[in-house]
Amino acid sequence: MAFPTWVKYLAGVGIIFLMFFGAILLNRDSEFGGADGAGEEAILEIAPDYEPWFSPLWEPKPETESMLFALQAAIGAGVIGYFIGQETAKRKDEREK
Amino acid sequence: MHISEGFLSPFWAGLWSLVALPFVIYGGYRVSKIFKERPREKIMIAVAGAFIFVLSALKLPSVTGSSSHPTGTGLAAILFGPGVTAFLATISLVFQALLLAHGGITTLGADIVSMGIAGPLVAFFTFKALRKMKAGLGISVFFAALLSDLVTYVVTAIQLALAYPGGGALTTAGFLSSFGTFMGIFALTQVPLAIAEGILFVIFFDFLKKSRQKQFAEVLK
Repeated sequence: MAFPTWVKYLAGVGIIFLMFFGAILLNRDSEFGGADGAGEEAILEIAPDYEPWFSPLWEPKPETESMLFALQAAIGAGVIGYFIGQETAKRKDEREK
Repeated sequence: MHISEGFLSPFWAGLWSLVALPFVIYGGYRVSKIFKERPREKIMIAVAGAFIFVLSALKLPSVTGSSSHPTGTGLAAILFGPGVTAFLATISLVFQALLLAHGGITTLGADIVSMGIAGPLVAFFTFKALRKMKAGLGISVFFAALLSDLVTYVVTAIQLALAYPGGGALTTAGFLSSFGTFMGIFALTQVPLAIAEGILFVIFFDFLKKSRQKQFAEVLK
């Protein structure tokens, strides 16, 4: 197609964004609880007597937990951003040579 | 797909750990080999691991009204294969098990099998098969990344149904009834996330093709 690359990329990201925005609009009253937690509840429904035989060595407080999740995402995004920047600059250099 | 700490009996915890171990060791060996022999690919290993790091940290809303996270394993599986992916996914899962109490040490083996091995294996072979059938790079990446994500959650549902069959005894009927329950929780929620992950990797591979075509000629041709 004749669209410039950035338009295609933006369209892709736009579709992704709309999917999640749509999910929120379709379920306005929902809590959007995690599937992992729902899985745990289902286990306790199937086997109400089950006692977990091991518990986490350390559990962060909710605020710390969201910070650590953000940190995990930031580390990953940082590496990807570095790579994309480096590659883009390299390509630009080659074009200008 | 993270099974909470202590929620697999010692039998299942041990079994899945035994299944995961050789893949992770082989993956670690492959990573160290690539670092030594093809140092220019180091950055790609880092980027492949980084995608797993970011995407497995994002809890996204799904049309089912619950949240889940993608896996990000598609890039690693397509470029480096299931061994390296198992190793990279383990880093992410250990981070979450130790620092976030998300997943656990006793359930690490099962989580590595679903996210680091089963999904990426399917992705790897899907990509190979589609390319062999002369499918375009974009289409092949889309389905490989989508399945890497979705299969991960299907395998979690299988693992939980094996450990918690309906009625308590591991019979076919008991397994199937629990499998239905866990598929409803995990797989359905995951469908839109898997599609989104597919689109994201199509964009990234299109970008990659323009700058690293020679380096990964076999994959990107």
